[in-house]
Amino acid sequence: MMRRHLLILTPYLWLVTLFLIPFLIVVRISLSDAAIAIPPYSPILDWRDGWPGLFAFINALDFDNFVFLAEDALYWKAYLSSLQIAAVSTVTTLLVGFPIAYGMARAPKGLQATLLILVILPFWTSFLIRVYSWIGMLSTEGYINQVLMGLGIISEPLTLLNTQIAVYIGITHTYLPFMVLPIYAALERLDNALLEAAEDLGCSRISSFWLVTIPLARNGILAGCFLIFIPTLGEIIIPSLLGGSDTLMIGKVLWEEFFNNRDWPVASAVAVLLLLILIIPIILFQRNTQRQRELEAQ
Amino acid sequence: MTKSQGTSPTTNTPVEPWNNPSTTPLIRFENVTKRFGTFAAISGLSLDIFEEEFFALLGPSGCGKTTLMRMLAGFETPTEGKIELAGHDITPVPPNKRAVNMMFQSYALFPHLSVYDNIAFGLKRQRMPKAELADRVAEMLKLTRLEKFARRKPDQISGGQRQRVALARSLAKAPKLLLLDEPMGALDKKLRQETQFELMDIQEKTGTTFVIVTHDQEEAMTVATRVAVMDEGRIIQVATPDVIYEAPNSRYVADFIGDVNLITGTAHPRNSGIDLHWGEGRPIFHCKTDLPFTDGQTCYLAVRPEKVTIHAREPESTNKVEGKILDIAYLGNISTYHVELSMGHILKAQTANNRRIARRSFTWEDPVWLSWTETAGVVLDR
Ligand SMILES: Nc1ncnc2c1ncn2[C@@H]1O[C@H](COP(=O)(O)OP(=O)(O)O)[C@@H](O)[C@H]1O
Ligand SMILES: [Mg+2]
Repeated sequence: MMRRHLLILTPYLWLVTLFLIPFLIVVRISLSDAAIAIPPYSPILDWRDGWPGLFAFINALDFDNFVFLAEDALYWKAYLSSLQIAAVSTVTTLLVGFPIAYGMARAPKGLQATLLILVILPFWTSFLIRVYSWIGMLSTEGYINQVLMGLGIISEPLTLLNTQIAVYIGITHTYLPFMVLPIYAALERLDNALLEAAEDLGCSRISSFWLVTIPLARNGILAGCFLIFIPTLGEIIIPSLLGGSDTLMIGKVLWEEFFNNRDWPVASAVAVLLLLILIIPIILFQRNTQRQRELEAQ
Repeated sequence: MTKSQGTSPTTNTPVEPWNNPSTTPLIRFENVTKRFGTFAAISGLSLDIFEEEFFALLGPSGCGKTTLMRMLAGFETPTEGKIELAGHDITPVPPNKRAVNMMFQSYALFPHLSVYDNIAFGLKRQRMPKAELADRVAEMLKLTRLEKFARRKPDQISGGQRQRVALARSLAKAPKLLLLDEPMGALDKKLRQETQFELMDIQEKTGTTFVIVTHDQEEAMTVATRVAVMDEGRIIQVATPDVIYEAPNSRYVADFIGDVNLITGTAHPRNSGIDLHWGEGRPIFHCKTDLPFTDGQTCYLAVRPEKVTIHAREPESTNKVEGKILDIAYLGNISTYHVELSMGHILKAQTANNRRIARRSFTWEDPVWLSWTETAGVVLDR
């Protein structure tokens, strides 16, 4: 009995100690003011002051940092441009990843294990090296420009590096396996007899793809999209290395607030807001699927 | 239930289109061969199936039944030969353009669609007007008694209900020809029997031609107007269930359908029949047959156990042998006696248990006589 409780409790313990408590600390910092001290914010709660100390502490907390974020256009722009970059890269990753997953799922069974390893293989090299190597590919003297000029397709080298496009390419490439794997898992389970049944009932190949394959791969597609969208929203290395000075991303802003300005409260407010932006659509989505399931079950 | 006597549908079906040379068949296989690589799953098969038939393909696993169905549905193309549907060569027609629907062995229900939408799937593809579509689906739900489950998803209903959804879905488009690949493979025995009668009922109501695949001979005998017995990609015999049972054309068919005693010997024609010699010192049997046998030709006598009578004393009969009871298989309504002849052969005899088991007349090790009439068995040349 005891053991079973422990088993059920484990994930909660994990979430509470490694997610909820740190998050509450971040929320608390976001409600403080910056100070030149260690730690660099105030107020600090001192238990020795008893109840009056606690009231004074709570009174000193405020939403000034959030007001500040709302009033400064820089932050709004950073959030919006992050959302845009995350959305566009999710779409490009889906466009590249789906055909790969589809091809893998349709490949002969013996070949599938090999293809799976090939998709995971890039993970065995460092993430940084993979992003860095794109600099060599995309720069003015990079391989892409060399090849295009060598073939006589262009006469002037293209500016690829330090643009939004480079960021999209970098994200799509490095995050691709996160899109391919869940979609492959969904497609691989798809019974071929279902496609034959659709065809038997009058579907063309294309309509059976839209009416059977896509709906049944839906959960895999959604999982892949979440796995790309969430981390890219806060992504910092790829935009710093491949993006230009005009590539504004909230991850970069956060980094600057923390390490360059040492303004922990504002940085924490940025982080809390980022989390809310992520969590609200997920909750809405879950409520929606829940409601759909209830509708079906009745 | 209109067809109550499942085992002899010929009595209920006065028209026998297969005996009428002027009727054109709905389906005609002409010398069809299907190879996978070098392996021939179907070899040189010719077959006619007529409108409103309930045609059963019977054979062991791997004999090519599914392949034959898949060629009808359009998922496989014949390597050689041609297939006609209502007089037209359908070899080049893709599955989505054929007036043929298939009920898959695994049912292949769309898991993301409700029972209703599964049934409506084919109708929506042919862009049937909304009101008409709703009527048609309602009709199918009623036919298969699924009205209460229309909103459920396939994983929220039982195996028997799934089977009926698959049937309703494949019937919805009112195909000329419905293919059923082992439709009852996943059902337990009682449900199978109920479903068999339901199927026959539906087939009669809708007037659709059914081709059903099964490896269960009882099922084939129950539902079918005609049965084709297959082996290794060939059809061995096509006939009505009673002919298949009473007059098999080969040892393979006799052995495949039901229980049978097979005796190998040489034929010696006499008196519109043959004398069967089957070994030095063994009694000679006399059997009626229409087959022309030459003197000394190898032949096989097939006698069903229920046509063999068991006696305590030597009977008055042309065909009789002596032995002792080796084994008794008690099946409730009937018992099968395994009788070992003095020369080591084992024959089976079946009797109805119209007395309580304690008052059974024979028991293990009892010396007994077996006999059968001159017309009880079938003499086969292959
Ligand atoms: N696509 C295929 N490729 C290769 N061999 C096949 C294929 N489909 C069926 N076969 C072979 O053809 C034979 C007949 O198969 P099938 O028609 O499924 O038999 P049944 O339905 O009577 O059990 C089997 O030996 C099977 O292995
Ligand atoms: Mg089969």
